[in-house]
Order: sequence, then structure tokens, then C-alpha cells
Amino acid sequence: MEPIQLHQVKKAFNQGRPNEFWAIRGVDLTIQPHRATVLKGPSGSGKTTLLSMIGCLSRPTSGRITRGEQLLSGLPERFMTEIRRRTFGFIFQQFNLIKGLSVLENVMLPAYPLGPDHAQLSRSALELLHQFGLGTKAESRVEWLSGGEAQRTAICRALINDPEILIADEPTANLDSRLSREFMAIVDGLKQTGKTILLTSHDPVVFDSPVVDRVVEMSDGQIMDPSCC
Amino acid sequence: MRKSDLFILYLGTLSGLLLLSLVDAGNRSHLATQQLAETRREVRALELTDLSLFTEARYTRHLSQSDRHTPFQDHPLALEHFPSGSLVAPPTLLRSGR
Amino acid sequence: MKAFIRKQRYLIDFTLSSLLRRPGKNLGLLVVYSLIVFLLASVMLFTHALRSEARLVLADSPEIILQRMVAGRHDLIPGSYLEKMGRIRGVIGKHGRLWGYFYDPAVQANYTLMVPRDRQLAEDEAVIGAAIARTRGVSRGDFLTFRSTDGNAYSFRVSAILASDSELVSADLILVSEQRFRTFFGIPEGYYTDLVLNVRNPKELRKVAEKLTLRLPDTRPILRDEILRTYDAIFNWRQGIVFVLLTGTILAFVIFAWDKASGLSAEERREIGILKAIGWETSDVIRMKFWEGAIISLSAFLLGYLTAYGHVFYANAGLFEPVLKGWSVLYPEFRLTPFIDGLQLATLFFFTVFPYTVATIVPIWRAAITDPDTVMR
Ligand SMILES: Nc1ncnc2c1ncn2[C@@H]1O[C@H](COP(=O)(O)OP(=O)(O)OP(=O)(O)O)[C@@H](O)[C@H]1O
Ligand SMILES: [Mg+2]
Repeated sequence: MEPIQLHQVKKAFNQGRPNEFWAIRGVDLTIQPHRATVLKGPSGSGKTTLLSMIGCLSRPTSGRITRGEQLLSGLPERFMTEIRRRTFGFIFQQFNLIKGLSVLENVMLPAYPLGPDHAQLSRSALELLHQFGLGTKAESRVEWLSGGEAQRTAICRALINDPEILIADEPTANLDSRLSREFMAIVDGLKQTGKTILLTSHDPVVFDSPVVDRVVEMSDGQIMDPSCC
Repeated sequence: MRKSDLFILYLGTLSGLLLLSLVDAGNRSHLATQQLAETRREVRALELTDLSLFTEARYTRHLSQSDRHTPFQDHPLALEHFPSGSLVAPPTLLRSGR
Repeated sequence: MKAFIRKQRYLIDFTLSSLLRRPGKNLGLLVVYSLIVFLLASVMLFTHALRSEARLVLADSPEIILQRMVAGRHDLIPGSYLEKMGRIRGVIGKHGRLWGYFYDPAVQANYTLMVPRDRQLAEDEAVIGAAIARTRGVSRGDFLTFRSTDGNAYSFRVSAILASDSELVSADLILVSEQRFRTFFGIPEGYYTDLVLNVRNPKELRKVAEKLTLRLPDTRPILRDEILRTYDAIFNWRQGIVFVLLTGTILAFVIFAWDKASGLSAEERREIGILKAIGWETSDVIRMKFWEGAIISLSAFLLGYLTAYGHVFYANAGLFEPVLKGWSVLYPEFRLTPFIDGLQLATLFFFTVFPYTVATIVPIWRAAITDPDTVMR
């Protein structure tokens, strides 16, 4: 598996308008596979923006993002979706589960456009839920879940397509410290299975954790200590 | 059972009923030919010209025979003779502007 | 192909789950929608069946009926006109017809009195339509007494009741003998209500009619064609108060449905963002919405049509009876023969399913092409 490389990535919001804002101002970064990397920095420093560009959710204004030979930035939407679906699993800060649907349905959702066999898909979704201690909750509606359960559901959903890279934006912001530590234990387990993990966080539980291999500090859309890359 | 299975079943049932209704219509109109022939014979024997649907007034009973001064012909779109006046189309004669 | 079908089924799964989140609202929508389709389909099936039946049944009406006009009004025609018109090529038979209306104050109904040519009736004998028998509560052997224009009361013995199978054309008929008809209405010997001409070859009808108007300028010929066309135009479903009334309802529904289908709530927008972020393509989202529109409108079409079929052909169009009946005291009891026009059905399908589905899809375009990174914040 190849590392993800960012070359002079810049991102502007509202480009060409009076309220133009450069959220990312030239980032060079290499993200090693099978490692846990944390982006850290003050609010507004551009962590989420950078994360969504790496995860193919948005495109950089300039610069290139590559993974080995493959170019990830500047692709047409179809290909971006394709790569996103196969390569990345997302865990959002607000979990972003779809209300009104059951836990099981939420977990299966990312696989729907691929049209896999139904029995097989629900089996692997249930397996994931069991693995994360949610076996009994499969048929519950997601709005009944506690914060920790909701996050574990979100993790299961991120894993259903068996992605190589997991992306989590402020995964512990809505959790207490015990649940945060549990989360880091899960991250550790995932790392053992060979996943690449990319997080952002303000939380010392996260970036001081022994699970994390590397902390990248950001400020004002730039990486603080470029020497480390 | 999956929701989509239920839906396909439900849609299948309804579509089946729709087909059935067409078959039923074919059947019944086939069965009715006898009775229609009977009615037709009566029309011929009694030299009838109209349906006896609107018996409320003289000028609505035999629509095809009515005078040109009857309400329908004076003002074809008038709704004053409810409900026949609103259900019956103006004569083709008037509409074609002859 | 297999993957495609599986994918569509997943999309249906999702759509149903998401529709079931607001069961009351969506079920209500479906019910109202079905009701509208039901009304439209009922009108359509009913009028088409009636029109088809009229066309079939009246195909054996007299070829030409000749009315005499006096001062613009239909008047009695002298029997001498039969000779006066002379020989016309193509006419194989001609005779006078006697018929008229009688208002019965007892039940406030209008009857059509008629002298039949296919049977000989005694002076005091009458054959009545089934609706009269029903309304007056008489059966064979009973007597009916009517007061005529000369002030005398005449009694008729009901010798037969016309077959109720043919009520659609004979509900209000009273068949009497020629003698009694003339005395009852005071119509002098040698006069008729109108004349009937039999023409074998339909191609000659126009020619015959032209000759008639030339030779008898005070008459008006009515061709069978015109009768048929009259009933073709009648019940044209676009006509009529039913549709006028319905238009308001339909418009109200269209506005409601448009609002429901095209208005995307903030929550729905967010959901689309989530779906895209976790790997759905824009086209998947649009397909999902297509299913949402299709499920509702297809259900409404099928449910509405099927109930309409039951209503018109099994419940005798009970909802329309009061409308058709109007002021009539005598109303034929008839069971409509189901004639279904495939084109009409297809039109109904198109106009109920297509616009709604489009209305659900269109607004999605805008929402679905936005960048999915909005869900990150
Ligand atoms: N769509 C947008 N339009 C305009 N400005 C934006 C947009 N998205 C982000 N920004 C700006 O870009 C900057 C970086 O935002 P970003 O969300 O990446 O910060 P962050 O480091 O994740 O902060 P936090 O730790 O609070 O989550 C912020 O100043 C934000 O206001
Ligand atoms: Mg952020």
C-alpha cells in the first residue's frame, strides 16, 4: 500500500469574491500507511478542510494529492465518489447517522450503491455490530442510541466497505474521557488489522495516546513543523 | 422479510389485479353481447333514438331529436339545466359552426 | 444486470424506510392522491362505457327521421308527406311514427308514450318500461289511469313490462295502441309525430337527406349518424360538472404535491450530504428519489384505478347516480358493460405517475450536485 502525498495543497473558500478566504495555504504532507496520524491545532486552523480534501470529499484549489501513482485531486465527481467509497471510511463528529432508520440499515448504507448480495451484506454488517458490542441493538432506531453506541455504529458504517483508510474528524468531541479511551482502544485494534488511520483532535486523550504514531500540528492553514515530514 | 420484497409483492398484486380487471372487462363485455343484442333488437323494433337517462324534462329525453330552440341548442355551454345541461355536450352541428 | 437489480432493491429498501419515518404524512398523501385518481378514473371508465354502449345499442336506430318544423318548432307531420316526397332512390321503406310525452302528476315523472309497430295492442292495453313499473309499483295485470288533454280519464291494463335488461333505452316507455294514442292526445287521423325512412345503403343517406330538404322544405331530416354522434359527444369526459368540480381539487392537490415533492427540508439536504459523503453517487441519490416518487404515484394510480373499476362496474357507479339522475324521477337501473379504452388508461397512467415523479426528482438535482464536504461541519 502506498502513502498519501500532498504537494503544495491550497484551498480557498469563496474564491474571487470579497470574502475570499484561504483556509489551507500550501501544505506538503505524507501520510504513511498502517499508521495512526493525528492533525492537531487551534480551531479554524484548517484541519477539517484538509481532511475532507484527503478524503475526496472536496477538491483542493491548487496543488496535488496522490496515492502512489494515482491522482486523488482534481478528478471528476464520479471517480471521486468511486475512490471515496472503496478507499475511505468516514467517522464524523456528529456521527451523521440517518435518523429513523435502524442501526443495521445505517451500517449497510454505504454498500447500497455497490449492490452486493443482501444476505451476505447483512451478515457482515451484523458481524461488525457484534464485534463492537452492538449485536442487540441492530434493529433499534439510531435516535435511541447513547453517544458511545452512536459512535460505534458510525465506526461500523465506516468499516462496512472494508476501506484501507479511516478518517475521523474530532471523534471524541462528544464523548467523555472513558469513552474516548475506549475509542482509542478501538483505533488500536483497527491499526492492528492494517488500517491507516487519520484523525483530527483537540483532545489530549487522543494525541497523547500511545496508539498514535504521529501528530501533525497545524496553524493558519499551514503545518507548523515542516521538518517532521 | 425485506421491505423491497414486500413492495414487489404489493406492486405485483396490484398489477395482477389491474390485468385481472382487463380480463374481467373482456369477459363481461363478451357475456353482455347477448343482452346488448337484445337491447339493440328492441331499439330496432320500437325505432328508438335515445337513451332514457335524462327523463326530467321533455327537451332532455330525446337529445338527438330536440328542436333547435331548446335550451341546449340555444346556448350550448349554458349550465342552467342541472345536471343534464352540464353533462351533455353541445351538438356537433353547433360546434362545427354549420 | 443482477447487480443493477440488487442495487435498485437496496434503493427501494432505503426509500421505503425513509417514507415510513413519517407514516401519517405519507399515507395521507397516498390516500388523497389515490382518491383523485379514483375520481378521474371513475369518470373516465363510466363515460367511456356509457358512450360505447350507446354507440352499440343505437346503431340500429332508424336511418332517417323526418321532422316537420313550424315556426321553428317541431310539429305534427301530415301522413300525406309520405306521398309528397315521392320516390327517392335508396329508400326501402317509409312510415309515420307516433310518440309523445306525458307528465304524470301522481309521481311527477315524464313518460314517453309510443305506438309500437312490432306488436298489436288492444285499446286499453299498455306495455310499460321497467322504471315506471318500479316507480308506480305496478305489475302485469294492474291498471294505470291517466287524465288526458280532453279532461277524460283513460285506464290502461298493463299487459307486459319491457325487459329490464334494456332499461337504458326503455325505462320510461309506455307502449299503447294507435287508436288510444290518437284519442288520448287528440291527434287527428293522418298526422304523425315524425316520419321514419329506411335506407339500406348508408352511402346514400346524404343524398336522400338532400333530396328531402329540397322536396319538403319545411322538414328537417335527422340521420342516424347524427344520433350516434350526439351520443359520442355526450359524456365526453372533458365535459361536465364532474370535471369542472374536479379541476379545483386537482389544482389544490397539484400545489400540495408540488410543495411536498419539490420542497427539500434542511434535514433532507443534510441526509443527501451524508449519503454522498459515505459513497453514494449523485445518480444514486437521484435514483433513490425517483423511487420515492414512483412508489407513491404508482401506488396511487393502481389503487385509484382499481377502486374506480370496482365502483363503476361492480357498484354501478353509485357516486355518479345522483349526478346523472338529477331531477329525473324515472332512472334506469342498468349495469354497465365494462368497455375499457387502453389509450385512456395509458393517458391516466402517464398523467398521474409522470408529473409527480418528475416533481420529486427535479429539486434533487440542485441538492445532489453540491459538495459533500458540508456534512463535515
Ligand atoms: N464553506 C466555507 N466557506 C467559507 N469559509 C469556510 C468554509 N469552510 C471552512 N471555512 C473556514 O475555513 C477555516 C478552516 O476551517 P476548518 O473547519 O477546517 O477548521 P478546523 O481546524 O477544523 O477547526 P475546528 O477545530 O474548530 O473544527 C475556518 O476559518 C472556516 O471559517
Ligand atoms: Mg473541524
